[in-house]
Formats: sequence, C-alpha cells, structure tokens
Amino acid sequence: MSDLFPDGHNGLFPRDLSWHPPAATPGYKSTTFRAPRQPLLSLAATQGELTGPRFGHSMIGALDNDLIRNYSQNGVEAIGQRLIVYGQVLDENARPQTGVLVEFWQANAGGRYRHRKEGYQAAIDPNFGGCGRALTDENGFYSFRTVKPGAYPWPNGPNDWRPAHIHFSVFGSAFAQRLITQMYFEGDPMIWQCPIVGGISDKAAIDQLTAKLDRHNTTPMDALAYRFDIVLRGRRATLFENRKEGL
Amino acid sequence: MINRLPELKETPSQTAGPYVHIGLTPNFAEINGVYAQDLGATMLAGDSPGTRIVVGGRVLDGSGAPVTDAVIEIWQADADGNFPQRSENPGSGFTGWGRQPTDSAGAFRFETIKPGAVAGPDGAFQAPHISLWIVARGINLGLATRLYFADEADANATDHVLGKVLDPRRRATLIANRSDVDGTANYQLDIRLQGENETVFFDI
Repeated sequence: MSDLFPDGHNGLFPRDLSWHPPAATPGYKSTTFRAPRQPLLSLAATQGELTGPRFGHSMIGALDNDLIRNYSQNGVEAIGQRLIVYGQVLDENARPQTGVLVEFWQANAGGRYRHRKEGYQAAIDPNFGGCGRALTDENGFYSFRTVKPGAYPWPNGPNDWRPAHIHFSVFGSAFAQRLITQMYFEGDPMIWQCPIVGGISDKAAIDQLTAKLDRHNTTPMDALAYRFDIVLRGRRATLFENRKEGL
Repeated sequence: MINRLPELKETPSQTAGPYVHIGLTPNFAEINGVYAQDLGATMLAGDSPGTRIVVGGRVLDGSGAPVTDAVIEIWQADADGNFPQRSENPGSGFTGWGRQPTDSAGAFRFETIKPGAVAGPDGAFQAPHISLWIVARGINLGLATRLYFADEADANATDHVLGKVLDPRRRATLIANRSDVDGTANYQLDIRLQGENETVFFDI
C-alpha cells in the first residue's frame, strides 16, 4: 500500500454525477421510495475505497462465460439468436483494467427471466439460466457467448417495455470503482422510450451504453458479435507517470 | 506540472433491476449449477485470524417497506488492519469482501471478523469500520455507506468520517448496535434508503 497517499493525491477522479442518472427519476417509479433525499456526503478516499476485492482465474469455470451452455439440461443449448458479446474494460485514462471480474445477467430470448417473481407470460427456456461471468485478460478484454435477450413489458407505466438489454456488474481494483450498468443494442428504437434509460440526461452517455454490431468478430454460420467497452473511474496520475508519457 | 485530464467518461450507471439476484447470487435465486456457490457468500475459513462477528440488518425504503430485491457488498480490513489481496474464497485466510442478498424480509447477514484500524487521510487511525455498497431495483447508482461499531465509542469519537456528519441523529445511522448471541458479537444496522433516519450515503 506504499503507493497510496492517504491525503488523496493519487485517489480516483471525482465521479461526474451529472453523467449518471440522478437517484430520483420520476419516470422510473421504483425510485420513488428508494432514492435518498439527502445529498451524498463527499469523502476523501482512504485505503478502503482505493483497494477492492481481486479475483483469480481458479474460480472461473469453463462454461462461466457461455450462457448458451452453462445451464444446459442434458446438453441441449439455449434457444435464441446466438451472440458473442465482448469488449474492453478501461479506466478514464484509457488504461486497460486487467484481471477484473465482469458479471452479466439477462432475460432469455423471449424476454423472460428465470426468477420466482417474474410474471411475464413469455416461456421459460429450460436450458437458459441467464447469468455468467469472466475475468478480463491481459489487455482488459472480456467476452461471452449468449442469446439475444428479448424486449419485455414491465409494470411501470401502463404500457412500458424495456429495450433488449444485458445487465453488467464490473469490479475494478478499487471498491470506489464498483459499477453496475446495462448494455443496449445499437439501432434499437426502444432505447429512446425507456424510462430507465431516460434517467440519463446526456445522449452521449446513453450512446456509451449501446453495444455496436461488430461484423469482423462475427463467427460465420454461428453468432453475431457486439462490442461493449466499459470505462471505470480512473486514478489521478502521478507526476512520475506523466514524465514517462512525455509531458 | 499538471496531471493529464481524463480522456474517457465513466460508463454511466443503470439500476441493477429487480432480478439482480440472478446475476450476483444465482444459487440464492434458485439457479443452481452454474456456479458451485455464490461469490462472496463465505468470507471466513476455519482458521481465519481475528474476532468472529456477525453483521446484519434490514434494508428499508422510504415507506418503511423492506427492500427484498437488494444485494449488499461489504469490503473491510482484516483483524490487523490490512486489506486482503485475493477474495474469491477464504482459503486459509480472510477474503475481506462479502456479498449477500436481502431476503423476503429485507434482511441481510454477514459472518465476518472485526476489522482492525486503518489509517485515514490525516494519518491518524480511522475507527474500525466496514464499507458497504447497496444495489437494487429503483437504485440508479449503487449506494456507498459505512458501518461503525457501537462498542468503539472512543475511536468513533475521533473518526474523521463520522466527524463530518455533524447531526448526531444522522451519525447514528452509521453505527451498528451490538448484542451477543451464543458468545458471538452481533452488530445490527438497518439501511434506510429514504426519509426519517435516512442512512448517510457517501460520494467516495
């Protein structure tokens, strides 16, 4: 921990809260009783914020990043349009985040989650669990195979539908980098009428959540590829590092 | 000489939604067989050094209703005040990191050890504490808070974070009360997302 200056000299960049949805977004009714009313109290980062859990490859199973097969019963694969979703996890200084855990979960191809409280009539796929995980490689890349999740209706407004999306949970190396978000699909017109997406005010921020179709990484006769890069908060650079970079 | 400005914007947050248990605690959500066990479910091994404690409470919304679809993660120092280097399983030590779902009563529970003191921004030791992070449906950006221990009154009195919370009623939302169950210290702290006795949340 000798590289940590407790006075914050090489803490994280402050979070730009205007880039994120505010706590209370009236169009998304679940925030009504769950959004804190008091302002967040700013803290100077200490070791507990600048460190965080790190995970090793030993915990990752061979099928953890294959949602088409990781819940197969008797070897039958999940139903749906086959996808490869991949991307690079970076920090705000564009430094690859290596060996960080990325977790993902989603509805099945019909828009149905495997959950006791899920009420949508679309069919359960007996071979689709809907969760997976990966550690980023030495260049910060993760990838997984899945089926494209369906759009689905949800009890918010009288006729609200979620655009097709995949939930992401991302760890960096610091607890203060912890992030949960959702990935949407390029070109989906439903993105722009979603009250959850609409909590984000800047169109460029929404675009950051939109995975791009990547024909180069498509697997012929198998799976389309979408690329979704993720940016975590960056650390303030030290003067020494600036010199190395020629400043 | 100045620091380079950041080149990229942080990916914006989105709510974890009503089914975060599928993604983060699938075995609890009855999706068995994908992972042998839910990550973060066990922080301790039989020979983990330190004083064993239980940390628990409920997550409540602004109407007083239990939040049954939340996930809470905690991160803390070990008994010597050091943060563990690896957290996938306790091995023969301590992970420092735990993750638990809230149940049908909005309750959560961690079996962990009492953290040691860690240095703060002014070089002085902080009072022993645990960092918490809460996500759920209706929470657009994960909520960070801290848990302090009621039986560390002297250390709490000089802690730089608690000292920033000027209203003693609000400060009390960060301090877990102790009761002993079968010889183990149980620390209880309810997380109130909104309204009366709203928990202090931090921009960390």
